[in-house]
Amino acid sequence: MKIDGARVDYIANLAQLAVTEEERRELIGQMNSILDYVEQLNRLDTSGIEPTTQVVHTTEQNYSWRADQPRSGFSQEQSLGNGPATGSGHFKVPKVISEK
Amino acid sequence: MTHMTYEAVIGLEVHAQLLTRTKIFCPCSTRFGAPPNTNTCPVCLGLPGALPVLNREVVVMAVKAALAFNCRVNPLSIFARKNYFYPDLPKGYQISQFDKPLAEFGHLDLEEDGRPHRVAIKRVHLEEDAGKSIHDGFADSDRYSYIDLNRSGTPLIEIVSEPEIYSPAQAHDYLTRLKVILEYLQVCDGNMEEGSLRCDANVSIRPAGSPTLGTKTELKNLNSFRFLQKALEYEIGRQTRLLQQGGTVTQETRLWSTTEQRTFPMRSKEEAHDYRYFPEPDLPPLVVDTDWQGEIRAGMPELPEEKKQRFVAEYAIPAYDAGVLTTTRALADFFEETATRSGNPKAASNWIMGDLLRDLKEFNLDIESSPISPVQLAELIGCIDSKEVSGKMAKDIFEAMFREKKPARQVIREKGLKQITDPDAIKTVIEDVLVANPKIHEQYKGGKKATLGFFVGQVMKATRGQANPRLVNELLRARLDG
Repeated sequence: MKIDGARVDYIANLAQLAVTEEERRELIGQMNSILDYVEQLNRLDTSGIEPTTQVVHTTEQNYSWRADQPRSGFSQEQSLGNGPATGSGHFKVPKVISEK
Repeated sequence: MTHMTYEAVIGLEVHAQLLTRTKIFCPCSTRFGAPPNTNTCPVCLGLPGALPVLNREVVVMAVKAALAFNCRVNPLSIFARKNYFYPDLPKGYQISQFDKPLAEFGHLDLEEDGRPHRVAIKRVHLEEDAGKSIHDGFADSDRYSYIDLNRSGTPLIEIVSEPEIYSPAQAHDYLTRLKVILEYLQVCDGNMEEGSLRCDANVSIRPAGSPTLGTKTELKNLNSFRFLQKALEYEIGRQTRLLQQGGTVTQETRLWSTTEQRTFPMRSKEEAHDYRYFPEPDLPPLVVDTDWQGEIRAGMPELPEEKKQRFVAEYAIPAYDAGVLTTTRALADFFEETATRSGNPKAASNWIMGDLLRDLKEFNLDIESSPISPVQLAELIGCIDSKEVSGKMAKDIFEAMFREKKPARQVIREKGLKQITDPDAIKTVIEDVLVANPKIHEQYKGGKKATLGFFVGQVMKATRGQANPRLVNELLRARLDG
């Protein structure tokens, strides 16, 4: 896949990032060079090789489980501590849905 | 010109909250109704650096559900990140499962007019719930949405059907059976109003008999069984009118409005639907080997259909009755205890299906809060079987038991309702009745045998229904014909 300007805009939009024209040009180059680098893998025969997206081999016995035991966490004040706008024990955000 | 007939094709996506005590990836409580933003921690608030640790009980419950829906449980499944921005999703992604779900290839059997209909279940996968957005009810709700993150990280299973449901009634049946199974397994409380069971529907229509699917719309906000059916009916009608008028259906998400009784397109600031799923690097692949599956299966209770079959075989009650009695696990347990204690399953079934369910409905109670316990109902049935009271008297006793919350024998004692089985006492009443009705007595002697019924009625009336009717019949015949 070749990255072009439209592709960068699309990805920037999904990531909710504003990209300047200069950054856009820079990102086209960087993204293409990353893809070219990874593209080398396609020259190798990987059939019969297990995917290693996660390299830890797990079984039910050695899996890192948590028991279903509740533990108290944050108070309401602590929960809301980082919220830019709060009220009535809630985070407040600009209206996100319009039903009409 | 004749209009083409269309058939609806429906697929349901059901989200069920699992009844674990804690969230899927952190030890915060899942208790409903806590003050907002008090069941939270760095993991479910999505604070930087926090790592998820899977709750083992979540897997046990999800596997139970998957097995109950006849799925094949994958020995290895993968968690994946579903990326999107929304204020009630603090991490900016939901941990879900994508191309390697927990379980696949299941089915749920329905029945319509006595004919079986099997709906294939495509997949059952694990995911975390988002927080709750509240769009109205606050003074500044016109400008702000309010966010409560208590629900963030609550364990969910998503159960996805194939598009093999063909009417709103079938959709209702599918969801009902699915809910009952989850309740039997005690993995979800099935409360649609509180949102612990949620349903989205994919709906399309096509010319009747056509093998290809039409353009679908996705219906959301179907938070009750009634809304599900109404929204589907409305949407099928809307799509049919569109096509008949030469229009086309637009693929979109639509919301059901209860106030307006219609669906309308949902407009949200949520951007493009490109979720860029990728394997969750913070969680290793989930292994559910056959040994563990077997262990989980062994811990599963009897399911509604098996229970129904067993009730028919073991208690010799009709399939219809067995079906009603197994609609909830609590009702089935109530029946079974009453049947066993009274030794009279047929009577137990009749009392529960008739008087008890009617009275519970009238007082808006569920079986768990029945004022009459199985022990007490069995005692009443015992009193009838031993001829202590007649069937007719038992109805009145039952009402008193239900309304006054007293055991059968106490009601019988207090109301002096004991059945009269003493022949001499009945004979005395018979003599009184004959003396009071000389004309009819003459008619009987003249050959009008049908007047016997009149005398039986008079004796029963004089004894306020307490005389044993068979004995009254027998003694009257002997007296009149003798």
